[in-house]
Amino acid sequence: MGKVNKGKKQKEGDVEELRQELVAHFRGERNSLRREWVQQMTAKKQLEGMTPQETEAESATIYDTCIECLETAHYDSAEAYARKMAERGVLRGMTSEQILGGMLTLRDVYGRSLFGRYRKDMARLTAALDMYEPVANNILAVVAMAFIRERENVVRQQQEAIRELSTPVLQVREGLLILPIIGVIDSLRAKQLTEQLLRAIRTLRAKAVVVDITGVPAVDSKVANHLLQTVDAARLMGARVIVTGLSPDVAQALVYIGVDLARLRTVGDLQGGIEEAEDFLAYRASTAKSNSSTAVKG
Amino acid sequence: MSIPILKQGPYLIASIQSAPTDSEWREMAKVLAERVGKLRSRGVVVDVTVLDLIDSFAARTLREIAQIVKLRGAEPVIVGIQPDVAFSMVQLGLTLGDVPTELDLEAGLATLSAIIKGGESNV
Repeated sequence: MGKVNKGKKQKEGDVEELRQELVAHFRGERNSLRREWVQQMTAKKQLEGMTPQETEAESATIYDTCIECLETAHYDSAEAYARKMAERGVLRGMTSEQILGGMLTLRDVYGRSLFGRYRKDMARLTAALDMYEPVANNILAVVAMAFIRERENVVRQQQEAIRELSTPVLQVREGLLILPIIGVIDSLRAKQLTEQLLRAIRTLRAKAVVVDITGVPAVDSKVANHLLQTVDAARLMGARVIVTGLSPDVAQALVYIGVDLARLRTVGDLQGGIEEAEDFLAYRASTAKSNSSTAVKG
Repeated sequence: MSIPILKQGPYLIASIQSAPTDSEWREMAKVLAERVGKLRSRGVVVDVTVLDLIDSFAARTLREIAQIVKLRGAEPVIVGIQPDVAFSMVQLGLTLGDVPTELDLEAGLATLSAIIKGGESNV
């Protein structure tokens, strides 16, 4: 058993020695290998959109980071750097092909230099590749993951922006809001829509709301029920809701699926809806005014 | 703690200060029914601005208060239901039926005066 342990220790010592040797080799060849890498990338048009100074600084950092990963077998610094690079790369419109391609080129450059060095000693070359390849693969995986994450982030942000933009609550005049809905309503959007509308009713002190669904291609029973709930909730807050712009298809679909829209006040188009709402508001205003005048007289 | 009921001109204002218990709701309905007659009030505002939840009992009691007030010859209006409260109510299927609702106290008083004076001019 002692023998086995000793053998294992011996082996570990060899591995460590080889690791140091590779690190020393890459550090020693730093300038020539890096120049070769940059040349190859330039030939493959992987550096488009970068200034020479940027290329210089970035390539040096990437080169050193990769060797650090080989030396320490920790990928934290590579991960941090890849994240930074992905952020900037995506922002500046660099394609993932460019960056991943660049990393693959670097991998080839490292690999070639190993071949060159250990050409005469096959056993040593195999051992060196055994050590170098997993590290190179890990670095590539880290970079690719950073890129995918960054892309997903951007997509998420854009989705949020679209969602915010897609449900504007607009005030036409005092006490009258319009809510034009465009696009498909899913349950998440329906919920957000309702929240925004109810909040706007409170902050803008609305008495009437015209919800225009001209831009909604399809309404199913779920969306219809949500619309009804929104109307009821708005009524509880003292606002009257008029729905306009039900397309022929939507109207037929609603009747066929049997949604009870009796509680809903619907008007043909947005113009008609606003007119109706204004009549309603004017009625309220005039009754209030005549009251105050009688009150003064009384 | 009982719910303060304020007299403001021809109106009564029940201003709820914290979530009432079931018995406090009952108490409020009883007191309002008495005061409407005693003070010859024309309208009653129930202000629920501070409530962050209106459950089925509260919704029913509000409906009943409105009916009681109406039977006693005054106009009811419920004001100050918050957006979240309104939406959770409709999701639970709770409605206030035909009871008038308004955004806040100011709007509620304006509506009451419109209803009452409107009725007067018709007579």
